[in-house]
Amino acid sequence: MIPLSWYLIVAAALFCIGLYGVIARRNIVAILMSVELMLNAVNINLIAFWRYRTLIDANAPQSTGLAWAIFVLTVAAAEASVGLALAISIYRRRDTVAAEEISTLRN
Amino acid sequence: MTFEQLVFILISAVTLGTGLIVVTYKNLFHAALAMMASFLGVAALYVMLDVGFMAAAQLLVYIGAISILIIFAIMMTRRVMDTQESPFNSQPGLALFTAVISFALIVAVLVQFWPLAVDATRVFGSKPILPASVFQGSIPALGYAFVSAAGYVLPFEIASMLLLAALIGAVAIAWPTSEEEEA
Repeated sequence: MIPLSWYLIVAAALFCIGLYGVIARRNIVAILMSVELMLNAVNINLIAFWRYRTLIDANAPQSTGLAWAIFVLTVAAAEASVGLALAISIYRRRDTVAAEEISTLRN
Repeated sequence: MTFEQLVFILISAVTLGTGLIVVTYKNLFHAALAMMASFLGVAALYVMLDVGFMAAAQLLVYIGAISILIIFAIMMTRRVMDTQESPFNSQPGLALFTAVISFALIVAVLVQFWPLAVDATRVFGSKPILPASVFQGSIPALGYAFVSAAGYVLPFEIASMLLLAALIGAVAIAWPTSEEEEA
């Protein structure tokens, strides 16, 4: 028997690992990978809450949590495709994928 | 400690360990492979939550599609990031501080609401035992919810528009400019 808080703690740890990657990494593709980890952590939370709340209403299975998780999955796919297209485009034009060298908008 | 808890700890350790590899490894290709392992660990967590459908979707979308896309992008942008350079920017210490403080705060708050030990008397204190028919029924219910007006038909259609826009946008962004074609 696993208490809900264990899932929440694992999800929080995965989210913070992703957060660290987003802040500390130089490569754009690595930053995108860290964002994917964070989205996965959110999905664990959604699914865990959905699974544990069925205790309250076991006879009518609600699909709210599942639907949310599927939408997160969809948005993650869209985000990955556009983000990686941007990375390839930036690499073509500027010959770099390091985030700190892409500073056109700065000053 | 029951067998189920042992399996959970093992899966979590794999998921988080490979997650750490993703954010720290210098070699991006190895980081991408570790990311696939981390996604697999998350899929295993879904199986432990009796949501086989999400585990299958995770395998197809994340491991099957997004990971391959990321590996393609790594290979196409590879040669600039040589191995001498640091994989981090100028503030890895500050980032570590932020991540650790965030984790501590989240855990400090959530243990106030949800017990760390199994406690059937509290809400969400233990996982409800349900017959298999409830889980089998939840997938058709999800399908109907996606296409019924009372459910999620509007978000569903917006999601399809979002995917179409992302598809067209990705092609338009990655399309070579006219000077590059001439060169």
